[in-house]
Amino acid sequence: MGNRRRASSFIDEISAIPGGEGIRLCIQCGTCTASCPNAERMEHTPSELIAMARAEMREEVLSSNAMWYCLSCYLCTVRCPRGIKQTDLMHALESLAVREGLSHSRSRTPVMYQCFNDFVYGLGSLAEVGFMSWFYLLTNPLRALRMLPVALNLLRHGRLSVRARRLTPEGTSQLRAILDKAESLGGAL
Amino acid sequence: MKYYTYFPGCSSSEGGSKAYGLSAQAVSRVLDMKLIELDDWNCCGSTPYSSVDELSSFCLSARNLSLAEKHGLDLVTPCSSCYVMLNRTNSILKDYPRVKANVDEALAAGGLEYHRTVKTRHLLDVIVNDIGYDAIRAKVKRNLEGLKVACYYGCQIVRPRLGFDHPEYPESLDRLVASLGAEPVPFPLKSRCCGGSIIISEEAVALDLIRMLLNSALSNGAECLVTVCPLCQTNLDAYQSRVNRKFKTSFNLPVLFFTQLMGIAFGLDDKHLGLEMSIVPVKGVLAKSP
Repeated sequence: MGNRRRASSFIDEISAIPGGEGIRLCIQCGTCTASCPNAERMEHTPSELIAMARAEMREEVLSSNAMWYCLSCYLCTVRCPRGIKQTDLMHALESLAVREGLSHSRSRTPVMYQCFNDFVYGLGSLAEVGFMSWFYLLTNPLRALRMLPVALNLLRHGRLSVRARRLTPEGTSQLRAILDKAESLGGAL
Repeated sequence: MKYYTYFPGCSSSEGGSKAYGLSAQAVSRVLDMKLIELDDWNCCGSTPYSSVDELSSFCLSARNLSLAEKHGLDLVTPCSSCYVMLNRTNSILKDYPRVKANVDEALAAGGLEYHRTVKTRHLLDVIVNDIGYDAIRAKVKRNLEGLKVACYYGCQIVRPRLGFDHPEYPESLDRLVASLGAEPVPFPLKSRCCGGSIIISEEAVALDLIRMLLNSALSNGAECLVTVCPLCQTNLDAYQSRVNRKFKTSFNLPVLFFTQLMGIAFGLDDKHLGLEMSIVPVKGVLAKSP
């Protein structure tokens, strides 16, 4: 990936990511886990994930479903007595997992994120209908059928527009140039 | 007249929460605020981009910030997710010179620069702090007395510590609702998560959270909820029937954008507030305010 080098240890690798540096400060008090609305659905709780990362369990951490259940509600972040930015840490692990292709087994969220990002990259704006249809098509077309009542209700109330907002042609190519450059720089990691 | 650069975000412009953008503009006119939409803005990337591609996420916001910088005004958004993304980008660019160098290089590929001078704010912050509760109270034309309202902040308007209200026990929206003449009810879950975008990928997870929120609001006597975020509104409103189906409940709680409730109190015409776009009908709320 671009000019990014693999750090010598997993903990160094995480520490090099914006927001990841706090991982060395964790005292395993469990406040993040107790605050998390989704901890019980995670294969490893947020504090467990930190302990595993510090034990250099790179593959186990990156293939866990835990970070994909993070809702980015930032409750752990504002409560951590050590000032660790736990939500940013979750995002860092998600980014690493995607780069390593370790993330696609037990959660549909990585595919959802990717569909969202593809639409934003392509249009510069989120086309809700297109993005959701594409996501359901890729994961489970039957779910799309089950979601039809919700979609029809939104349509009936004027809340589903099929036509997406577009940037000007200049804006579109400007944004594309910026994002392509970012991609070539190898991410923020 | 107060002037702001306005960043509606995808949902509140032409997306599923058009009603939020409409009512925000309608209420601003009453309050002598001018929200000037940023030309040719792009999506903030929201949680999906920031979760898996951080540099691109910063670049998406940096382009908007750079465009806004030319106007020299505060950048105001009604969307909590846009708010977090814009704020986060500003603080990362300040704290991480290494990231800033990369973002600068990417921006340059689009012929742009950003000097970190734009202050990014949520619409609620601007309304309660720049306009103020007294000025709001002075514009009230319709009596909302007795209307019991659960004020729902969600997560990303107050967290991580963004400064204008408490990260867990915020009060600005409650005070705003009180200044409209309605009655904010105690709502212990007011800053807990609605599930956000996971409603799309893991619906069951989000439905659990939505049910807890609706339950807490109802058991505290609320007749409606008000929200400050397009995604919170959509989850609580459009998915309320899914919650009822899954849990055999019978919630029928209207979910308004705070700007819609303000518009009702100011006596504005329904069609300027997008009230017909609510899935759970808001008629019950209106019936209380002759």
